[in-house]
Formats: sequence, C-alpha cells, structure tokens
Amino acid sequence: MTESVIHVEGLGKRYRVGERERYFALRDVLARAFSAPFKKNGASRSKDFIWALRDVSLDVHQGEVVGLIGRNGAGKTTLLKLLSRITRPTTGFAEIHGRVGSLLEVGTGFHPELTGRENIYLSGAILGMSRREIDQKMDAIVAFAEVERFLTSPLKFYSTGMQMRLAFAVAAHLEPEILLVDEVLAVGDLEFQKKCLGKMQEVSRSGRTIVFVSHQMGQMRRLCERVFWIDGGQIREQGRAGEIIARYESASLRPDALGSSGHRCFLSWSVGRDGGNIVTDDMDHIEFRFDIFLTEPISQGHFGMNVLSESSSVLAGWGFDNIDIPSGPQKIVLRLPGLPIKPGGYSLSCSLFNRGNNLTGGELVEEWYALPPLIIDTKPVGHPQDRWAGVLNIPGNFQIAAK
Amino acid sequence: MTAAPSNALATHPIPVMRITPPTRWWVLPFGELWDFRELVYFFVWRDIKIRYKQTVIGAAWAVLQPLLTAIIFSLVFGRLAHIPSEGLPYLVFNYSGLLPWMYFAAGLQAATNTIVENQRVITKVYFPRLALPLASVLSGLVDFAVSFLMFVVLMIYYGIRPTPAILWFPAFILLAIVTALGVGLWLSALNALYRDVRYVLPFLVQFWLYASPVAYPASLVPAKWRALYGLNPMAGVIEGVRWSLTGTPRPPGHLILVSTAAALVLLVSGLAYFQKVETTIADVV
Repeated sequence: MTESVIHVEGLGKRYRVGERERYFALRDVLARAFSAPFKKNGASRSKDFIWALRDVSLDVHQGEVVGLIGRNGAGKTTLLKLLSRITRPTTGFAEIHGRVGSLLEVGTGFHPELTGRENIYLSGAILGMSRREIDQKMDAIVAFAEVERFLTSPLKFYSTGMQMRLAFAVAAHLEPEILLVDEVLAVGDLEFQKKCLGKMQEVSRSGRTIVFVSHQMGQMRRLCERVFWIDGGQIREQGRAGEIIARYESASLRPDALGSSGHRCFLSWSVGRDGGNIVTDDMDHIEFRFDIFLTEPISQGHFGMNVLSESSSVLAGWGFDNIDIPSGPQKIVLRLPGLPIKPGGYSLSCSLFNRGNNLTGGELVEEWYALPPLIIDTKPVGHPQDRWAGVLNIPGNFQIAAK
Repeated sequence: MTAAPSNALATHPIPVMRITPPTRWWVLPFGELWDFRELVYFFVWRDIKIRYKQTVIGAAWAVLQPLLTAIIFSLVFGRLAHIPSEGLPYLVFNYSGLLPWMYFAAGLQAATNTIVENQRVITKVYFPRLALPLASVLSGLVDFAVSFLMFVVLMIYYGIRPTPAILWFPAFILLAIVTALGVGLWLSALNALYRDVRYVLPFLVQFWLYASPVAYPASLVPAKWRALYGLNPMAGVIEGVRWSLTGTPRPPGHLILVSTAAALVLLVSGLAYFQKVETTIADVV
C-alpha cells in the first residue's frame, strides 16, 4: 500500500466522430482530397472529434484492487485500453511499474478449429504467458475449467458454457503484477463467477494490483477497496468503494425516484431466512420484506414489485390494489411460492401509490430500485450440457409411463 | 495454482513502462519483439495448424501448386515459346524459380490480410503488432520446405548434382524472407488503413511475377539494364536460389548486390511505415 504502481497524469484520448466504418477506402481519401483541396485536412476541425477520455489523473498503489464504474460509453474501457497499451493516448501520460496483463474479453485469440489444449497455448501466449508457464499451469487450467474429457476435440464442438469456462481458466492463471479486467466476470454462471472472484481475491492478496471494470455493483463491492466513478470521460468521484458505489447507484438508478411527498419511504429490504439479499433455495416459499417509513398513512393505495433481469427487462411482476397502511415505521411482506429463475444477479423495483394506482391517477409515494440487488444463488438445473442456458430454473423428472 | 507469488514478484526486476502519445515512431521495438518471440512462434504455429487442418490434402498443396504451375509454364514457355533455360530441363529451371516466388507471393497474401484477420485480438490485447506480419511471412517457410522436397525429387530424377554453390542457398532464403517481410510490412499497414489493397494485390503479384526471372532467365535482360533489373529484389532472390541449387552460370554479382540493397531499403522503410501506422491500428481496424 505504499508505492503507486500506476501513475496517470492528464491522460486523454480523442477519437474521430462517426467513424462507423472505421477504416477508409482509398476512394474516400481521394474524394476528400478533391472535394476540399484547399483545406489542409478536412477532418482537423474540432467538431469532428470527441474526447473519449479527457484529463484523467489517478494513482493506484501496489496490491490495491481498484474499480472503475460509470455508464456505458463513459470512458472506462478506453482507460483500460490506454493502460494496456492497446491504443495510444492523445494527451498526457501514464507510468506503469510492473508487467501488465489485460483481460478485456474472454477467449481472446481462441480459434474454433484448434483443440482445447491448443487453444490454451494460443490464448495463454496472446495474453502474455510464456510457453513454460503454460506448460506448468496446464493441469491447473484444465482442472479449473472442468474440461478434461474434451481437451483433444476442436473448440467448435464445445458448448458456449464450456468455451467460457476454458477462457476464464486461462485468464485466471495469468500472473502479471498488474491485472486489468473489463467486465469479463459478468458472463458465465454464478458458481464459476464465484470461483473466479475467489481466484482474483487470491491474486490480489499476493500483492498484485487489479483494475477492474464491471457493471455488477455487487461484484464491485465485494472485490474493490477503492473506486473511480467515470462520467463523460472524466473522473467524477473517487474514494472508498461502498460510498462511491452507493452514490453512483442512487444517481443512476433513481433518476427521479422521490414522489411528491419529497422524502424516502423505502428504507431497506431483505429476502430469505437469514435476512440478506441472497436466495439460496428458490423452490421453497420466498418472503420479500420491505422496511418503510410513512409520514402519512396510505389509503386505498397500491404496492407493486417487479423482478428485472440484468438487461432491465421485467421477468415477473406483482401488484396489489386497495391497500391501507398506517403512518410510521412499517413492514411490507410479499410471499411467493417460489422464484425459479437461473442463478445470477437481478434487480427489484418497488412502487408505492396513495389513493389509487398508476392507472387511476394515484399519487406516487416512491418508486424504489432495491439496494443491494437481488442475488439468486441456487444450483442451476436444466440441460446438463449447458445448465446456464435460459431464464427459468425448473427441475425436471423423466419417466416412461406404462400404458 | 498456489505458487509462491511473493517470491515470484521479488525475483523479477520490475519493468517501468511509460505510456505517452505516439511520437517516436522511428524507434523500432526490437527488444520488445524479442520479449514476444514466443508469441511470434505461436502465431506461426497457429497459421500452419489451421491451414493444414482445413484442407483435405494438407501439405500436398505445397507440392501441387508449384508443380502444376511449373508444368503449365513448361508447356507454354518451354515447349511453345522456346524460352532458354540456362541448359537446365525447363521444368527444373522453372520450378527452381517458382520455389522462392511462391513463398514470396504467399507471404504477401498472408501479410496483407493479417491485421484485418486478427482485429479482434488487436483491439483486446497489446503485443507488438509487428509480430503478425512477421509470423505470416515465417509460416510460409513450412510450405517452402515441403515444396523444396519436391525439388529434390526433380533433381534426382533429372540427375542434376548440386555444386558447392549450394552453400549459398541459406543466404538467398534469408534474402527472400527479408524481401517478403519488407513488402509484407508495407502491404499489411496499407491494408489496415485502406481496404483497397486487397483488391490491388492480385494484380501486383501478377505484374511482379513477369518482372521476375521465374519463366525466363535474367540473362535475357540486356546486360546494361541488368543492374536496374536488380532493383526488383526478387530478381536477385530467384537468380540466386536457382544458381545455388542447380549450379547454373554464376549470376552477375552486381544483380545480387542491387537486389540485396533494394530488399534492405524495402525492409527498413516497411518497418518505419508499419511502426507509424501501428500506433493507430487498434483505433482504425
């Protein structure tokens, strides 16, 4: 925690605007030369450029696990790309002490025609491992990925889940002093994600430094000590992970969550037996509990709750009209016979209306995105070749019925 | 999985890397390329594996391609046009020219496309981009070796004995690699920026073939133009390979000298241009 291993000063990256077809045809170059022969360079006007990252300065110390959060397009990935030297900055500089391994994608360099073993070598080499290192770690990688039996078949015969696991396994055995990770833990199954998170914690405990981008705030909370919130290409806030993430979440998840009454009524929530946000047995009855505080009583109001996927589509919703709740601290309990969805992270949105619902012109007391998000941590069931496919998690029972 | 990481950290000197806007593009990353030599090896290994996995008769193509071409050339240029062949059977004469030529042409083809084909990797991981065209030029050496075996068969069949000149053979292979790499660097960088290069390439290769002594001996070129002719580095490569393998009359030394100089100019300028484009490659591919 002493030396800074990443020192960034005034770093900026400028891109040309609207380069959807990123490369040019010679024709375009000629056309530009002929249509604007007197302009020195048609593209040098400032409005043709955008700054993906502008004037970013930061320090990361040895052994720290640091998170970058922010909306899509905020510049997080650009920053990682600059630090990993994939692209060069337009302004400023960065100084990096130590070897850098970057993991911006799972399965970088995988080739479908090559076998599992061959792909381990190829991907490992591309990610920066030496052949000797890969030789030494081969068994560990294979065991980690759980693909022993398929090692000699071409990758194209692997299921998506298997490819994912293999890719993770290679990446997880990378041991540079500084690891840059972009969102890669967002895919794959929860059990494997946990394995990877454990591996990353192990890596960070050994004195290595990790810079980590993710949209899964649960992961960020668990892994990172410090967080940089990047917005519009600049650092908006930085500090202790829990604090910054909470502020980021309240800014992004509740754009105008406060109803006309002007104060918060939802305080906290819990699910399951031990009162956290994690469901470990979804086949049993599930109880959602919400602590609220009402300054005014609710009469003939409405309570609604939605379960949303990571991509914010509604998976299930419940609504209850004509409810009366007295003022003061209260507890709302919603019981479900079960919630058979695949393990993973989900969000919950709750709403409370007074005197009617959203259709009958009721007054919105509060719309609340439950924090922390809902975690389903059950055993995945389904087709054995890819237990993670699909949305629902419902066990099946096979039998042949005699006529 | 449970290495002793604290030790691992302590034993390496910690390298310091400074990331700045691109300025010194003429500084070539040879030291870095050496660090990444295993990656070059793996790229070569991948190219070869995939090439041989995806074709039905695999390595046989490396023999059939030059052999069939040589047979056609023998019929047209040898039998019909009676092009002189330095006292060699025309088939041997032509095959000895096709040997380096096909290596060169395949190297250009591979190098031109390599940046575009590997764009996913390029946009996700850093490594010296030079590794890609280098690997595509080197992986052609396997095909070269296979078609060389066929040439040995031809030599035995026609009873041609190698002369001490064969000792020069490796030098001319090196010259062929330098030439293919020099031109390949230019083309791969250009193709990353302008995708037209792909379409220009077949014409370029065609013209270049007729400007090289594959189907005819360089001695057909008037003596006073021969040094100029040598500006085409493949002229020196082909004459050199042919001379070292079959013991034809020694090619004029200055042709080789001019070709070597031209190849070096191509290599150095190719490296510089590639290096200049490299700094923006991940942004444009």
